[in-house]
Amino acid sequence: MIHSFIGNLGHLFVIVALITSLVATIAYFKASNTTGTEEEGWKQYARIFFYIHAVAVVGVVYSLFHIIYNNYYEYHYAWSVSSKTLPLHYMISSFWQNQEGSFLLWIFWEAVLGIIIINTNKYWEAPVMTVFSLVQAFLASMIVGVVIPGINLKIGSDPFILLRDAFPNDEFLKINPDFIPPDGRGMNPLLQNYWMVIHPPTLFLGFATTLVPFAYCIAGLWKKRFKEWIRPALPWALFSAMVLGVGILMGGYWAYETLTFGGYWNWDPVENAVYVPWLVLVASYHTMITYKNSNTALKTSIILVIATFILILYSTFLTRSGILGNSSVHSFVDLGLSGQLLLYLMAFMAISVFLSARVWRQIPSSQKEIATYSREFWIFMGATTLCLMGFQVIVPTSFPVYNSIIEWFGGTSNIALPSDQVSFYTQWQLWFAAILAILSGTGQFFWWKKMDKKDLINAITYPILLTLIVAGIILVVAGISDIGYIVLLTTSIYAVISNGKILLRLFKSNIKLSGGAVTHIGMALMLIGILFSSGYSKVVSLNTSGIRIFKDAEDEFNLENVLLFINEPRAMDKYNLNYKGRRVEVKGLSKYVNYHDLGPAEDETKAIAKKDIIIDGRKYADKGDTLDIYHENIYFEIDFTSNSGQKFTLYPRVQLNPTMGNVGSPDIKRSIQSDLYTHLSYAPYLSPDEEVEWSEPEDHEVKLGEQFFINDYVTIVEKVERVNATDLGLNDSDIAIKAIIKVFGEAGEYIVEPLYLIRDRMVARIPEAVEDLGIKITFLNIHPETNSFTIQTSTTQKDYVVLKALEKPMINVLWIGTLILVFGFFIAIYRRYTEFIKMRDKGRE
Amino acid sequence: MKTSYIFGLVIIAVAVAIIISTAGDASSYVTFKDAKEMAENGDESSIHVVGQLKKNEHGKVVGIQPSQDKLSVTFVLVDENGQEQRVFYKEPMPTDLMKSENVVVIGSYKNDIFMADKLLLKCPSKYQEESISISEAN
Repeated sequence: MIHSFIGNLGHLFVIVALITSLVATIAYFKASNTTGTEEEGWKQYARIFFYIHAVAVVGVVYSLFHIIYNNYYEYHYAWSVSSKTLPLHYMISSFWQNQEGSFLLWIFWEAVLGIIIINTNKYWEAPVMTVFSLVQAFLASMIVGVVIPGINLKIGSDPFILLRDAFPNDEFLKINPDFIPPDGRGMNPLLQNYWMVIHPPTLFLGFATTLVPFAYCIAGLWKKRFKEWIRPALPWALFSAMVLGVGILMGGYWAYETLTFGGYWNWDPVENAVYVPWLVLVASYHTMITYKNSNTALKTSIILVIATFILILYSTFLTRSGILGNSSVHSFVDLGLSGQLLLYLMAFMAISVFLSARVWRQIPSSQKEIATYSREFWIFMGATTLCLMGFQVIVPTSFPVYNSIIEWFGGTSNIALPSDQVSFYTQWQLWFAAILAILSGTGQFFWWKKMDKKDLINAITYPILLTLIVAGIILVVAGISDIGYIVLLTTSIYAVISNGKILLRLFKSNIKLSGGAVTHIGMALMLIGILFSSGYSKVVSLNTSGIRIFKDAEDEFNLENVLLFINEPRAMDKYNLNYKGRRVEVKGLSKYVNYHDLGPAEDETKAIAKKDIIIDGRKYADKGDTLDIYHENIYFEIDFTSNSGQKFTLYPRVQLNPTMGNVGSPDIKRSIQSDLYTHLSYAPYLSPDEEVEWSEPEDHEVKLGEQFFINDYVTIVEKVERVNATDLGLNDSDIAIKAIIKVFGEAGEYIVEPLYLIRDRMVARIPEAVEDLGIKITFLNIHPETNSFTIQTSTTQKDYVVLKALEKPMINVLWIGTLILVFGFFIAIYRRYTEFIKMRDKGRE
Repeated sequence: MKTSYIFGLVIIAVAVAIIISTAGDASSYVTFKDAKEMAENGDESSIHVVGQLKKNEHGKVVGIQPSQDKLSVTFVLVDENGQEQRVFYKEPMPTDLMKSENVVVIGSYKNDIFMADKLLLKCPSKYQEESISISEAN
């Protein structure tokens, strides 16, 4: 039966959310334009509606999650993102896998932020919440999914549509409209990663928070409080930059752990689309800080705050309108929302330009020339550099937009992104980053006191000397010769040292002010980490055997991979590798289980133990037990022994997914100096249609205890015994005999038990295979007259993997730098927020 | 106002340099015919071609041939002008290839084969699909 109630409820909540946000917009607008009791009245009214809006948003979230959680696959959303076997945490992340769910996440965060704004502001509540409610109305309209009759205009994409409404032309559903698929399509295996549970909410919180400074700025322009908006907006701008930055890096970390391109950043248009607003956001809070201290850069701050929000909308447009379809590896398909997204972008651009232009001449600006030895100058340079970095990235990322615009006017344009994106972006970004490092190191000295040329030289002499010594040592030890890398490394070290000097001074005086210095140290460490891990990433899996792995594969493949046969140790770089076989993760067990010890069960999420499952001497399951397994993952156990005797095991895996295809994921050995990053380039027998090819069978006539060889392994028939036929599920009158054969493999002994069955003089034989050794043994015949047996054997290619391994030096410096950066942000946010609270409680804001 | 002017000029100069560098490195979307001409004129730069996989009269994709070791694949792409071209891709066949609505190949001609270094697939399957397939329905 179709559960139509919950879907209707969800849809109703969406409509309520949309209408209440519109009402709240109007009420807050009225409140902003009135005073006294009338203002209070409108405010009360608006607040009630915003709270109803927030409740409705929670209702929408609940309804959609209810549908996913209870596997209501009659709903298109649940069917397309989830499946029965998905564990709870991935059900949560499947919630935001599709566009509607991610819009919902965004709306949810903004509702939360709106409530915080209502409860922390006095003066600013009405104008700021007007902007907030308006944005909420736009976002809610994205998921409302209403078709306006008459003109057939579709507004938004409804996450609560049923399968039959999603596929109106599907023949099967036309005949069976009440059909409920037994299972969902499942989640893209690449997204089944814990980072995908936390990365999207963080990123969308970042998206949502960019609205806060924007709303204050618009409120300031509108209410002609050109200066006062800065103080409440500043802590939010810092918070937003922190959350968005962390969100972006989480995405990078996910890519590093999950995808096999070997890095954390790929300059894909979708990544660029969030990187650019983040850069401008960082520039904006820097100019806001300058303004607070010196009354310059107010206009610049206004422009940058507006630009950040508009760029967020632009990035949403780029990634969700389908316009990037031919330039990004992330495939997004237009849901018919591109017009709406464009309208959204244009509307907020128009509002911002109108409000700014109206009062532009009244905005105070300092006529004083910025002196070279002032901090304003240095911050301004930094902000400019950040904006230029963003500009360099947004220009090519927007190519598809230019093409579309030109085509729209009837022209033809066919520019495409540069083919080698990494080097294209790096050639600019590297030098900009070096400039930022110099500015962040030097600018901080101006922060604390007035300086002239002499003071500056005094202040930076020792940091520079120390930098040259440290950088010199590192350059020699690491053998760096690339000029760009030398410059970036030296400037980054300078930024760490000079900010460190300031930090030391602040430890003694006022630690609360250390946010800037700490953040800059974090940033400089990140640059050093990026420089080494990306610039000096090295393939260590070099094929030194002199034999091609695959005859017709590319040279690069044959040279940069190692071929590992099961249980045959091989040297690679400073390690000795041994591939131990395929493993499966069993629910509730901390260690992986041998793939070949488990047989298929009726349900693909279960397996039947072919023998007792014993791990570290403890028995977990008996032969014949049914176990719950994570059937989509196969792990490949590879033992590493380094030349210094250190031992560890890595489990690169392949995720099997019949609908989405098999996907490899790396496993990483982390150590202080570098990460060893390994992934499979190839493994056989992963698709069901790839069958094992056995050799021509070979017969051996042997006696009990006699040694013979299969595939070069010593083999002995230990025992032959009668088995109770009924135990095997056969008739009472049948005769079953099994041979117990011992095979001595490289990694230990294997007991093989092929069966010989007799029913009414007919003979049947059930062979047994040892996949690890690539052999199959059949109990062919019994010769009572000579007291011997015929054992038939066939062999196959032993299991193997083709492994690629990369060394990523100093990547931990990047992650440590990130943590320091976040810590610095916390210090700065705390300071700026207490400033705002003080002023508010004095009744000024 | 002197420093501001210098500063402004420097920014403009850098911005112009960025645009020139971008224009210089930009690739382009072309048809196989143009790509072939470029290659014949000795231009080996990497270009983008957008097309669809060749399909037979029943709408089934034809012409995909993975190599023996399955590490590379060749397939037939039909560009916007309807020209068919055999494309060699040096990586294992992406599993989404068969389902792709549009395929962008990035690379260049070597003799009569288009060698793709990179593929971009635009798949309806990942995000939105036209219909549920009956195999899943049963």
